Amino acid sequence: MKNTLIPIIGLEVHIELATKTKLFCTCSADHFSKKPNTQVCPICMGLPGALPYTNYEAVISTIKFGLAMGSTINLFSKFDRKHYFYPDLPKSYQISQYDLPFCVGGNFAGKRIRRVHLEEDTGKLVHETIDGVKSSLIDFNRSSVPLMEMVTEPDFHDIESIISFLKDVQLIVRYLGISNADMEKGSMRLEANISLANSEQVIANKLPNYRVELKNINSFKFLEKAASVEIKRQTEALEKGEELVQETRGYNEVKQSTFSQRSKADAHDYRYFPEADLPPIELSELIIKNLQLTIPELPEQKRVRFEKEYELSKDFANILVSDLDRANYFEEALRQAQSKFGQGATLSARTIADLMINRKLDQEFPEPAGLVKKIIELTSVAYSSNEEVENAVKSVLIENEKAVSDYQTGNGNVIGFLIGMTQKKLQGKGNPQIVREKLLEGIQK
Amino acid sequence: MAKLSKADVTHVARLAKLDLTDTEINKFLPQLSQILEHVGELGKVDTTDLTPTSQTAGLTNVLREDEVKPSSIDQNGALSGTNKTHNGYFKVDAILTERSDK
Amino acid sequence: MKIPLTIKETQDGLIKKEFSAVQLVDAYLERIKKYNEEYNIFLTTSDEIAYSKAKKFNDLDQYTEEFFKENPLAGVVVGYKDIFLTKGIRTTAGSKVLESYIPPYSATSVSRIENAGAIPIGKLNCDAWAHGSSGENSDFGPTKNPWNKEYVPGGSSSGSGAALAANMSLITTGTDTCGSIRLPANYCFSVAIKPTYGAVSRYGVIAMASSLDTVGPIGRTVEDVETVFNVIKGEDGYDGTVVNSKFEIRNSKLRVGIPKEFFTEGIDPEVEKTITLGIEVLKKEGIEFKEVALPSTKYAIDVYYVIQPAEVSSNLGRFDGIRYGNGRDSFGDEAKRRIMLGTYVLSAGYYDAYYLKAMKVRSKIISEVDKVFDEVDALIAPVAPTPPFKLGDKVSDPLTMYLTDVYAATANLCGIPSLALPSGFSKQGLPLGFQLMGSRFSEPALFELGKLYHKAIDYVPKVAF
Repeated sequence: MKNTLIPIIGLEVHIELATKTKLFCTCSADHFSKKPNTQVCPICMGLPGALPYTNYEAVISTIKFGLAMGSTINLFSKFDRKHYFYPDLPKSYQISQYDLPFCVGGNFAGKRIRRVHLEEDTGKLVHETIDGVKSSLIDFNRSSVPLMEMVTEPDFHDIESIISFLKDVQLIVRYLGISNADMEKGSMRLEANISLANSEQVIANKLPNYRVELKNINSFKFLEKAASVEIKRQTEALEKGEELVQETRGYNEVKQSTFSQRSKADAHDYRYFPEADLPPIELSELIIKNLQLTIPELPEQKRVRFEKEYELSKDFANILVSDLDRANYFEEALRQAQSKFGQGATLSARTIADLMINRKLDQEFPEPAGLVKKIIELTSVAYSSNEEVENAVKSVLIENEKAVSDYQTGNGNVIGFLIGMTQKKLQGKGNPQIVREKLLEGIQK
Repeated sequence: MAKLSKADVTHVARLAKLDLTDTEINKFLPQLSQILEHVGELGKVDTTDLTPTSQTAGLTNVLREDEVKPSSIDQNGALSGTNKTHNGYFKVDAILTERSDK
Repeated sequence: MKIPLTIKETQDGLIKKEFSAVQLVDAYLERIKKYNEEYNIFLTTSDEIAYSKAKKFNDLDQYTEEFFKENPLAGVVVGYKDIFLTKGIRTTAGSKVLESYIPPYSATSVSRIENAGAIPIGKLNCDAWAHGSSGENSDFGPTKNPWNKEYVPGGSSSGSGAALAANMSLITTGTDTCGSIRLPANYCFSVAIKPTYGAVSRYGVIAMASSLDTVGPIGRTVEDVETVFNVIKGEDGYDGTVVNSKFEIRNSKLRVGIPKEFFTEGIDPEVEKTITLGIEVLKKEGIEFKEVALPSTKYAIDVYYVIQPAEVSSNLGRFDGIRYGNGRDSFGDEAKRRIMLGTYVLSAGYYDAYYLKAMKVRSKIISEVDKVFDEVDALIAPVAPTPPFKLGDKVSDPLTMYLTDVYAATANLCGIPSLALPSGFSKQGLPLGFQLMGSRFSEPALFELGKLYHKAIDYVPKVAF
């Protein structure tokens, strides 16, 4: 019998925080497409004698994110030095968190979170041939920009669920206002630890004895391709009875295959030790509670509220909530419309949502006020006037006496039929809500 | 404690990014062994229930506000320590090995 | 002109117009020119900057007491250990790696000293990266002790001690990771304070071992050292371990402990005798002495030789020759040795046995020392087991050299202040002295004791020639 192989995948998600300054110095953290080495100082350049000094906002952002992931916040946490040599790492160590990160544990979107910690980003390398010599160029603008790392448990078994999880994380981060988490701009980066478990291992709830770390994933597309190629490679190898080894692999886009970058034998020895230059962080339950209170309404809560409060369909609520700007636009447009027409106005939340989603009117009008104005124009043109509706309703009620009496004796369903008949008379131009109201008024008379 | 071997010295030199000559390795090996033996005395101290000390200032939560301040160095200042630069970048020989981590 | 030996003499001379600030600079530079080749004390002199600063003082109509209150170091010629970054002035850390490094910024302590009116005269030789007890590890050659040039001036702030003995500077700065301020002061007949860890910013001072490094002044009197300490202490927004403390004297009647572990085998009889005499002197002045026990301090040097190299290996990683300086092959033997040792004790499989263990024994030492400070205000101890030793005596044997610091380590491991005081000379004419350690932020109590002692022995500042 052929053994079924199940992918076991854990994620390491790096998110660059959108603080104004870097993690350990007061240089601007907004490094994207700036001239090289123009946003640097002795601290982020690792000059002799320079010392780090922690940015409050970066710490708070990480803790808020942890709270949103359902993590436990450590009451005592600290920074550590992680050592390795690479030209874009100016101090030869990265200030990170080892055994006492800000956040441990958690559960988000059905996946278990292992930890969330804060560390500094490295500089950036560009590879170029200069005067015929292959060279690497270094820019330290990104050096020491705050980078949050979330590590999940190996709870993923397919690529779709990874993408959906990441999109949820991206959304939460944007709702918290702590990062754009833009993969294309590198403010969200990903590593996936992939292995395959056979059915015995699955039954025994055991992890495979190897895992392959897939590095530097910088887009959802890349993730999809690289991970599926890697899963295929491992499947084929295991089916042939080959042993797989612990290693780090990269993805070659041209060859559409993964290649080994580093095996376990030359695994790194990071020589972590506590960062003596930075006093530890001590929190109280009270501080954490207060931080919890500063967390805004998150996507899931908003989704539920939109469905309940505005009677939006699940689809509509989902679409609006998946873009915080759009959700805010929607609520603002509704507020303005209601202040124009009064509560319970004919211009319903659903209409606004519909115009935004199906007719993309929010793209046409960057300001909600514009949309509201447009809706007024549209409704006056598109919908029949109240007088026309009243006339149509009157004749429908006369022409369909049986249906009316059925309704009065308790068959509520016939209202649909009456609405249909009225719309037919109005050539479909009746505002459904008004048609319904007028019909009910007429029947009750 | 295990005795320091020549292989240990070579391994440590690689970790520390030091290119040691054979002469240097042969010189350092007995010196490092002697020092390690001396500090190995610490193994005899009973440290049950003791928490490690990594700093003595006794401070916590030393944090600064998130406000940009002008840097004391501009691009020229940043690059002033070397002549191996190109268009505002630091220049090194092509790095062939992928970055090991982040 | 006769160069004044204290801040007070200098400023009195300026007030009385006995000499001008420019004449002072002339006089110091003349001595440096005359003797530096022989003693190898300065690595760089900053003549131009010194003169331009001195000229500013000449423009002043007259020096008033008021002016000196606002500028407590006005007219004071200062030399910096070459591990303090000085913007625009070469800073080498005594190493070939940085032999032509011109820093783009200055250390906090340097800026503070200069904002207080001091005149920077140059950069002082030291053991490369502050690794050493004798000054012999400098990549630019050893500094010789002005009291006898066959002998070491003590390290690692070797030039900082020697410059005072050779009368080449009025005050100097040093760093003390395990005696590197106190030892040169002790071997060169000077006064020095190794401050509480967290009292003075380390920003802009090339890091050796981050959890142990302290920055402090060396001078010829307790008053001078106190003045400079008051200028450089306090938060700067760049060193997160620094705190503005109240620096109080806790008791009106000061009590001093004699840790018996510091007076055992290996201590030179002359060193022991000068301390015994010191105790007698202070007793007569009404200071109470009692024997105390610090059993775990016998492990201090071992703890130090795990933690320090570990932090050294980390701090020296940034010198990769890419952004500044020369590559890693330019490190000298001692730096390589410590990088190797530190990398080893941190590496996988050894961390717990060495580094973690050392951090725990460090806690044990701290708790013993803390407890003793419930009973006494200060501890008296030798700075080093012997008076200055001969150049070359210990160079080939790193371990023996390391043991020079056996009495220095405790103050650094505990982050407590220690004042090194000169007491006299050995039969061979070499400087002798001792140290007074206090609890955290008790510098004022140590200064009081130091002044009391020097007054009682009619101490006068001396230079070797």
